[in-house]
Order: sequence, then C-alpha cells, then structure tokens
Amino acid sequence: MSGISRHDVLIAGGGLAGLRAAVQVHDAGRSVAVVSKVYPIRSHSGAAQGGVNASLGNHPDGGDDSWEGHAFDTIKGSDYLADQPRAEILAQDAPVRVLEMEHWGAYFSRFPDGRIAQRPFGGAGFPRTCYAADRTGHQLLHTLWEQCLKRGITFLDEWFVTRIVTHDGRAGGVVALHVPTGELRAFAADVVLIAGGGYGRVFAKTTNAYINTGSLTAAAYRAGARLEDMEFIQFHPTTLYGTNILMTEGVRGEGGYLVNAEGKRFMDRYAPSVLELAPRDIVARAIQTEVDEGRGFEGGYVQLDIRHLGGDVIKEKLPGIRQIAMDFAGVDPIEEPIPVQPGQHYSMGGVSCDENGETDVPGLLAAGECSCVSVHGANRLGGNSLLETLVFGKRAGDRAAEIAGAGGAPDASPADALADALAEERGAVEALRKRTDGERQIEIRRDMQRTMTEKVGLFRDGARCVDAVREIARLRTRYRRVALGSGHAAFNYDLIDTLELRGMLELAEITALGALVRQESRGSHWRTDHPKRDDTNWLKHTMATRGKGGQPVIDYEDVVMAGYEPTERTY
Amino acid sequence: MPAKRFNVSVRRHDPTSGESPWFQDYEVEVAEGVTVLETLLRIQAEQDGTLAFRYSCRGAVCGSCAMVVNGEVSLACRTQVHGLGNDRITVEPLPNLEVVRDLVVDMDFFLEKNLDIRPWFDPADPDPPHERLVDPSDWTEAEPYTNCILCASCHAVCPVTARDPSYLGPAALAKHHRFLADARDGAAEKRLALVDDDAGVWGCDVVWNCSKICPKGVRPTQGILASRERLKPKS
Repeated sequence: MSGISRHDVLIAGGGLAGLRAAVQVHDAGRSVAVVSKVYPIRSHSGAAQGGVNASLGNHPDGGDDSWEGHAFDTIKGSDYLADQPRAEILAQDAPVRVLEMEHWGAYFSRFPDGRIAQRPFGGAGFPRTCYAADRTGHQLLHTLWEQCLKRGITFLDEWFVTRIVTHDGRAGGVVALHVPTGELRAFAADVVLIAGGGYGRVFAKTTNAYINTGSLTAAAYRAGARLEDMEFIQFHPTTLYGTNILMTEGVRGEGGYLVNAEGKRFMDRYAPSVLELAPRDIVARAIQTEVDEGRGFEGGYVQLDIRHLGGDVIKEKLPGIRQIAMDFAGVDPIEEPIPVQPGQHYSMGGVSCDENGETDVPGLLAAGECSCVSVHGANRLGGNSLLETLVFGKRAGDRAAEIAGAGGAPDASPADALADALAEERGAVEALRKRTDGERQIEIRRDMQRTMTEKVGLFRDGARCVDAVREIARLRTRYRRVALGSGHAAFNYDLIDTLELRGMLELAEITALGALVRQESRGSHWRTDHPKRDDTNWLKHTMATRGKGGQPVIDYEDVVMAGYEPTERTY
Repeated sequence: MPAKRFNVSVRRHDPTSGESPWFQDYEVEVAEGVTVLETLLRIQAEQDGTLAFRYSCRGAVCGSCAMVVNGEVSLACRTQVHGLGNDRITVEPLPNLEVVRDLVVDMDFFLEKNLDIRPWFDPADPDPPHERLVDPSDWTEAEPYTNCILCASCHAVCPVTARDPSYLGPAALAKHHRFLADARDGAAEKRLALVDDDAGVWGCDVVWNCSKICPKGVRPTQGILASRERLKPKS
C-alpha cells in the first residue's frame, strides 16, 4: 500500500491512561502502538504526588470504608455535577485497579502490618488515599512503562499528533509530526484512543508541565468530538510561590497547617469541621480570600507549615516536597514554612465520553485527563485523577480491543482519507514554515495565559468573562498572522508551539464562554455575581461542538443521577 | 526581583550537516529565581527558534532536561541562573551519548539499555487476592532505587560508559538492583545471571560518580556492589 503503518489500536498519549490502555489492548491480542510527543516516561502523570484513592480499609480509621463511601464523597466533591453511575464505577473498580498496580510491582508505602499505606485527603470521609511517599505518579508511571516493555509494546516516541483523521465521520488514524526530523506521516488504525493530559498551559500560573497544552483534546474537537464542562478548572490551593510547582495535598493530609501573614490558621472560617482537609476548590478560595483581604504575605501567598511534624516524618513521607521546596524556593520545610498560593492544576472538562471511553465520533475513544467521563464534575477530589487513569484507561483499552476485534471500520480501509489528510497537513505545515513575516506565537500565548488567569481564574464574574471571550477572539484573529522565527525541519519546537497554540486558543475560548454563560457557582466555577449553586437551572453539563466556521456552539446535557440527591455542600 | 544581564553560550551541533560543533552566545536579562531551563526557553521563543533541547515538567521529576551547565551535569529546570555565581554561562549536551541536535542527545541508546536487564517485576508466587505484604523496613534498601527518573545524568559522568558502549551503565544497573532488592520479586537468579560480566556489574570502576551526581539520590554503585557480593562464589 502507501507505506502507511497500521495498528488495530493507536493510542495517542503515553501517560498513565495511555499505558494502562496499551497493556489492556495488547493482552486482548490486538496490535497496539503508543504515539507520544515526548518519551512516555516524561509524561505529566509522573509528577502526581499524593496518591490514588481506593477503599481498601487498610488505615486504622478506615475499617468502615466502602466503595459506596468513596462514590458519595466523589459526587459530593463534584458539587453534584459528576454523572453518578460513572462515579460509582470509579469507586467500585478502585481497589482491584490499585492492587493490580501493586501486583505489577509498584512500590506503595506500607503500614507496619505490611499492607498498602493510606493517608487522609481532602473531602474524603475516610483515609483512603494509597501512596508511595509523595511520588505516587512516578511510581505508577514507571511500573506501567515496565509492563509495556515486558509486552514489547510499540512506542512511537516524539511524534506530535497534528490531526485525528476521520472518514465518513469515523476515526481511522492520525497524522503526526516527527519532532526530531520534522517529517509528517499518517498512521492508520481501527481505533484511535486519545489519552492526553489537560490544558493547564492555557493559564499563566499552573502546576502543569510545559507539555500540557491540551493538544489531543483540541485534535479530538477538530475531528468532531464534543467537549464537556470545559469551564471547570481546578485551582490547586498549594502551589509553590514563584514557580507554582505542586505541593501535594498530602502535606495537609499528613497534618500541615495553612497560616496567614498574621500567623493564624484560617481554615476554621471556611470549613469549620475539616479545616485544611476541605476539598481543593474551598481551600483555594479561602487562601485567595485571605490574600485579597490583606492577610496574605507580600506578593500574594500564605504559608504551609509542617515543622510540627518533625524531620523524621517529613523525610519519610514527604521527601519530594522537601526537595522541591529547597531546590525551587530555597526553603527547608523542616526549618521554615513553605510559601504557597493557588494555581491552575487540573482540567475537569475534556472530550466527552462514556464509561468505556467512547466519544461521539465512532472509532475515537478517550481516557485520562483529556477526557470527560464526568466523574469529577465541578471539582475533582485529590487522589481521584490517578485512579481515573487506571480505571478508565483499562476500560477504554477493553472497549478499543473489542471494536478492533469486531472488524473496525465498516468501509474499506480509509487509506485515501489518510493520504488526503496527510497531504493537507503537509501543505499547512509547509505554508506555516515559509511564513516568516508576522507575529511570533509567544506574544499571543502570553496574552492568552494572562487573560485566562486574570479573568477566568479562581473568582469570576460576568464582566470579566465577557472581556476574556472578546480578548480570546482578538487573539484568534492575531493568530491568523502568526509566523515562525525559523522554518527549519528538525526539532522545530517553535513550529510545534505554534501548532499547539491554535488548539489552546480554541480551548481557552470554550472555557471562557462556558464560564460566562454558566450563571451560578458550583465547585471550581465561582461567579462572584452569582454566588449560589442553582440546581434548578444549572444541574447540567456544558457541551461544546465546533461549528462550521470554527466557532464553538454551546449546548447542555442533563447530569445522570443514581440516587445521590444534591444537598448543600458544606464541610 | 533584580534582573541581571547574562551571556549564555550554548554548544550547537547539527551532525547531519557535516559541520563541526560551535558555541553560540546569547545575551539575556535574567531575573533572580529564574532557572536555566526557563532562560533557554526564552532564548528559543524570542531570539532563536532553531535552538534544540528537551523539557517537560520543569519540576525535576520527568528527567528530560539533563545537560551540562558550567561544566556540571545538571537538570536545567532546577538550576538557578543567579546561583551559578558567574555572569557567563556555558550550556552543553550530556557527554557519553551521541548528540542528535544541539542539547538533544540519543536517548534511545540510553533507554534501550534497560531492556537487557528484564526491567519488570517478576514474582515467584501467583498474585494474592490482596497486596503482597511487605515489612516497611524491607523497603528501606530497595525504595531509593525506584526514584530513578532516567535522566541519564549518571550515564554522562560514568568513566565506563565513556569508553565502552556495551556497558549497561549505572541507570540500568540501578533499575536491576531495584528488582533484585525487592522482597516480593522471585527472579533473583535470573537477574544476577544477566549482569555477571564486564558489560554488567563487573564493568564498574567503582568511582561513585553516578551516585554523587544523581538528582534523586539513587546510588547505583551501591547496588552494583551488592550484586557483586551475591555473585561471588561462596568459599
């Protein structure tokens, strides 16, 4: 044929969800390849610190824990926007998925009785967050990578997916750009499973890696998939002042205090019964309120104090946090409190899919942070994102293998569609490479990031959201005249940044628009001009479809209930 | 925060061009607290889009950005520019790996070393319905070895990898020890046989360079010596 390589299932994204899915597809006897713009072990899953939730009941205070309790906490934490049957699946599958990682060799920390250690986390009724010190994501990512090596799974490293190719409305492969050479190539597959990260880099202050640009989310959107609940952006309460590197919730789980510039703990004013262990949206707003009302430190931060835990506990349970604080802020938490402020952390929204990863586009599945199964709703609980990658990565892998096994595309091979898409992408990239007269992407990117952080951040209102929507539209206009500094082929990161920015602007626009239209406050979405949750009008998901002219079309879908009645959410 | 002007001199090389490597100088204002990685990213975005280097997390956990800064193997993301104590900064690619472009080296060569040590968990017994129980004190020896981020800093400072491309190198041997020291693993004999030669643990010069440089506190030399101890014929 045309030299286009073909796999039953092509997985785009090599973080936890992608690798977990790859193992599943391989074990089902289907051919699979993982395509990633980085080496999979560089994926941002590896930066996850605090842990993964499962109602194992190993903790001395966790004997009465159950999957039902986990599901309830997840749904309440979501401010009732999660689809309830799916939150139940998340909680039900959690123990077996976590134990499976242990069976594959993951190094979880242990209790004295030899069982997997668990720590308390925000919004959880029992201590159910299983952890490997404060490097849980790293442990899980490397364990799954090892399992992939064992199975000889094909990796296509440093291939940046520019397009998901559809044929008669069905996904049939991707076009990707080889970062080291600049070559564009088409890859055919019965099923394309995207397992990308979030789009945190749309914001200025974020814990996310540089690579978290939402490039696969945007590719799926352009291929016809709907994006769900994009306005729900998690701002983590404790990111290191200056660099916004994550300081895990586990720090508070282990007993850390939040202290304002008056030297006082302040969480009693915001969550009197659980204090520092309230869910992230509540703690983040509490910190920002302290700062905004003049009780923060100069520059806009508060302190996270763990000195009372003592050097031994800190070295044993929070060694990574200590290292990061020393390396990046010059602070040893054994001696001094850590300066922290809220920062963008997680994308609750993403490519709309069901509990098996299936999107609106036949043959296109999604799993991980780029997806929206809708288990996190308006606010994700700490420890549920690693869990989501395992539970729904596995399920999407199962479904992908099933679809591929059933013969995949109903029509003949979409070779023509792939060849056409490849030619189009080559043309577009060539045109961009030749254009050297225009604005550089970095200028537009910085303006987007500033706009999103200032106007679609922790506290929102109608006027600022309108500003943001208008500003992003202007940025999209400016983007039409974007030009590269150099048109060279190999390792042209400027080219990749520029290609990614197109999608980032679309995601930013949908986020701002969703935030503008949703006139209520729910979970992470806080409108100062509509400070109450409004279940009568807004107990529904925001769905964005790409219109013919490239503009987002917003629609709504009901939340799927399973008997958890929305009540006022207090802690 | 006070900014200062720095001269950043980067070793450039395009092996496909047939040209020799050269140093290119960039002048850049750097505020206090800014890292070498952020500075390189600014140069790339504002001055020279052709400059090539790898990066991802910027928090010293992904292992992408190991390079040589002012003569020291470092993760660029956790190296503060002002902390270098010099307003002239030299940045070079990791030694002992082929340069692909500028600061980008051949990671495939490095990562494929892992395949030779069966880098996966291999228990002797079938999986129990719950987790395998482990006494936390049994964790102490092995756990540090799981913290390797495969950044190749150790590979770059090893005198053996410098002269012998067949040597497994400190990173793969550290991963080897991660499994060997794992109380749950059941493949010790098989594992030891894989490293019982000069490409394995007997190749090490025992100069501890790898253990000193590791940004995550992994001590490959110690693991190598432990394997040697177990391989020594019992007298």
